[in-house]
Amino acid sequence: MRGLISRIWWIMRRPATHLSLGFLTMGGFVMGVIFWGGFNTALELTNTEEFCVSCHEMRDNVFVELQPTVHYSNASGVRATCPDCHVPHAWTSKIARKMAASKEVYGKIFGTISTREKFLEKRLELAQHEWARFEANDSLECRNCHSAESMDITLQSKRASEAHERFLLTGEKTCISCHKGIAHELPDMGSARLRPDDDRVALKAYLESSD
Amino acid sequence: MKTILIPMLFTLSVTAAAAQNQVATLRGAAPLDETERAPVIPKVVNSDIRQVRNYPEQPPVIPHKIDGYQIDTNYNQCLTCHARSAIDVSQAPMVSITHFMDREGQFLASVSPRRFFCTQCHVPQSEAAPKLDNTFVDVDQVLDYIQSHGGGNN
Repeated sequence: MRGLISRIWWIMRRPATHLSLGFLTMGGFVMGVIFWGGFNTALELTNTEEFCVSCHEMRDNVFVELQPTVHYSNASGVRATCPDCHVPHAWTSKIARKMAASKEVYGKIFGTISTREKFLEKRLELAQHEWARFEANDSLECRNCHSAESMDITLQSKRASEAHERFLLTGEKTCISCHKGIAHELPDMGSARLRPDDDRVALKAYLESSD
Repeated sequence: MKTILIPMLFTLSVTAAAAQNQVATLRGAAPLDETERAPVIPKVVNSDIRQVRNYPEQPPVIPHKIDGYQIDTNYNQCLTCHARSAIDVSQAPMVSITHFMDREGQFLASVSPRRFFCTQCHVPQSEAAPKLDNTFVDVDQVLDYIQSHGGGNN
């Protein structure tokens, strides 16, 4: 084994005796373009709605739920596809998300959500992961289209403009804090409240303090 | 003969009634072999201004859009703002305490399952013109009328 490694090391260190420097540099450049382009093309292929809904888990559950919502059908015909909301657009963040998503391949192979029942049972956990991701990146994927700077709150309804002025423009909350369940159905949230997590945390702290 | 006559009489009376009141049927005035152009869907009132109830027991109407609101066993999107614990943030009116009562009159900790599905009673309003004039009279107007005609306690 050690002999093999030192032999490879020797080959790698040895100057090329028959190939010209021009061939090696140009060849390296061309191969680099092919590999890099191929990598990115393959990456972009996995970043399409067709790819997402090629699995029945997505096609029969979340994609069906998306269709009646405003992010799929609306007056202007502008719509969001799966990766618009679920994959960051910047390259490094995208790669990080794609690496995290390799767990989904595991889930697919072992059929973690292969039936509707399994999916419904797991959907609160899955939703919470996504909400946590949006809270952590300040709803980056929402803001790729909905920028606070371009949002004219005077054109909004009274209710919406007040809420945005109070929570969005002050930075107190981020989009996902209030706009949960706008593109997919909400899982069983327990008793339906605006801030279920806050309430649970407060209750837990209270119960622990009274012990 | 009897079996034919009854539907015929029924049809005649319905057509007569329709002609009398000038109420178009839902499918409009187009001949049977043609389809009339569907009317434009009226806009939903989204003023956020509370409306007067026509009688005290009337479920208040919803003065805003509720498109796509999820109201099922998993979640009630109305309660996101109208729940007891949410109104400090939302400044929306709280669900009435009567909605916490079960059918034995016992108050529960939150909205009773039998009052959970808001849109069974509460509905948004649209800007559609009524097909018929409404002759409904508010109870205050009725009392005024009775008093002006020498009735009541005066």
